[in-house]
Amino acid sequence: MSAPYILSLSDLRFGYAKKAPTVLQGLSLDIPPGTVTAILGPNGAGKTTLLRIVLGLLAPQAGRISIDGKPQKNYSRQQMSRLIGLVPQSEYVPFDFSVLEFVLLGRAPYLSPLEMPGETDRQIALEALRAMGLEHLRNRSTPSLSGGERQLAMIARALAQQPRLLLLDEPTSHLDLGNRDRILSVLRARARAGVTIIFTTHDPNLVAATADYVVLMRRGALLAAGALAATLTAENLSATYGIPVQVIRWDGRLFVVSEQISEMD
Amino acid sequence: MARHPLIILTALLLLAFALSLFVGRFPQPYWMSPTLLQENELARQLVFNLRLPRILTAVLLGMALAGAGAVMQMIFRNPLVEPGFLGVSQGAGFGAAFAIIKLGNAPLVVATSAALFAILGLALSYLLARNLRYGGWVLRLVLAGIAVSALFSSGIGLLKYVADPLKQLPEITFWLLGGLWSVTWSELIYIAPIVLPALIIIWLMRWRLNLLSLSDETAFSLGVATGRERTLLLGVSVAATAAVVAVAGIVGWIGLIVPHIARRAMGTDAQHSLPASILIGGIFALLCDDLARTLYVGEIPLGILTSLIGALFFAAMMMSHPPRSRR
Repeated sequence: MSAPYILSLSDLRFGYAKKAPTVLQGLSLDIPPGTVTAILGPNGAGKTTLLRIVLGLLAPQAGRISIDGKPQKNYSRQQMSRLIGLVPQSEYVPFDFSVLEFVLLGRAPYLSPLEMPGETDRQIALEALRAMGLEHLRNRSTPSLSGGERQLAMIARALAQQPRLLLLDEPTSHLDLGNRDRILSVLRARARAGVTIIFTTHDPNLVAATADYVVLMRRGALLAAGALAATLTAENLSATYGIPVQVIRWDGRLFVVSEQISEMD
Repeated sequence: MARHPLIILTALLLLAFALSLFVGRFPQPYWMSPTLLQENELARQLVFNLRLPRILTAVLLGMALAGAGAVMQMIFRNPLVEPGFLGVSQGAGFGAAFAIIKLGNAPLVVATSAALFAILGLALSYLLARNLRYGGWVLRLVLAGIAVSALFSSGIGLLKYVADPLKQLPEITFWLLGGLWSVTWSELIYIAPIVLPALIIIWLMRWRLNLLSLSDETAFSLGVATGRERTLLLGVSVAATAAVVAVAGIVGWIGLIVPHIARRAMGTDAQHSLPASILIGGIFALLCDDLARTLYVGEIPLGILTSLIGALFFAAMMMSHPPRSRR
């Protein structure tokens, strides 16, 4: 609990082709616990790859990853799964699990391969469903949910995992405004409770509304990283997206507008 | 909640087992009085040396195919997969046809040859999947299974073409349609040590099976050793399938539809649907085999009955509303 950073990346390099680190080119990053960090960048910037590396699903070609002050490779698979939860961008589930059965799968890190979830696991899963406002749907089949409800169910499953670090890949990409705000407020509440949140997005306004820290990526390179107001600047965003961008401060909040669109009026 | 149906299914299986001992064509068609067991030595011989091993084998066959089917549908994330599809069924069929024509048609030789070619079919599917340059691992295995099965079924076609139409061809056809007419205690002793441990392993890992039906990425993030756990469950499922196919021939539909029936009745969670699948498979195969040996003076191949009854039952089930017995 005493490490200053829950996640520390230093000089991370990665490429899908052999020995050519083209996706991540020397990325360094330190994230303090209990914060919300947004990884912002255009499509293909390497955001999902970065999450997979943090999770241990992909191994970087060079660089160091520490989690809670210890190198990633010192953790077993099970320890990792208790520490880090993942909400994928979307998930195809070919069988119609009920929502509660689906969320209960998040208890796997605490069960041995031959164990079945017990009453405690059930209570934790129900708690996670309650947090996402899905309790009334617990007996519905997962494929019959709307896109937004399914996203909420995936987050509930990750919450049932009780991770200290929660990774979300484009958590709001399929959502309407109401569901989007519900997810963002749940994430903020979790962060206040000490869970570190890292999510990817390509929507700068989402970042402006939620994040404490911003990481701006473009083609695997770190363009800028730091506190929200200092990092989400017109200059940085223009460099990230390759088009002129304005940042407007209104009622204490930041709003990002593309100049090309505002000039069209 | 979910305990009761499993107790009911177990009771049904035991009932079907007990009744099956007295069903057959001796001393008259359909039914033998239990009191005859005390009076008639021939009846005792028949029940304990012919009917009992056959009944036990039918139950094991149904359990193995339905259990393996449930496991493979979840691991391959595809509800249309059946347990013999990785080259196992067609490989076994080729092995049996080859033995009938070239190795002289002794039951044990046919079964051994079927088992060896079943394993060869699986090995070829695996090697081919490893070398395919297309799609993810699951898709490559499915494609390789299709290709290897097609290869062996063309081989079966060739063997049928060259077979003696009066002696060998009927044997091959009968074998390919599946049946338990040749089963004795020695066949049962041959498959039980493979099928029973396999069933115990998949039963113990039944909740874990749910996790293996998720995407690799999600399963990994939940701490699952996807490669190792999938290989273990797939290995024991294929071994059980190959063992029963070797003695019984290709008995279709059990491994495909029974898992659907079980999920429909018990919900998707394999913690409940997998045991139900195993029990329903045992009951279904036993009842079909009772019909196979009772309805007609000769014998109706088991595979014909499982396909006929299975398909009708499946259609009826899909047209009705799902019973949701969940809390």
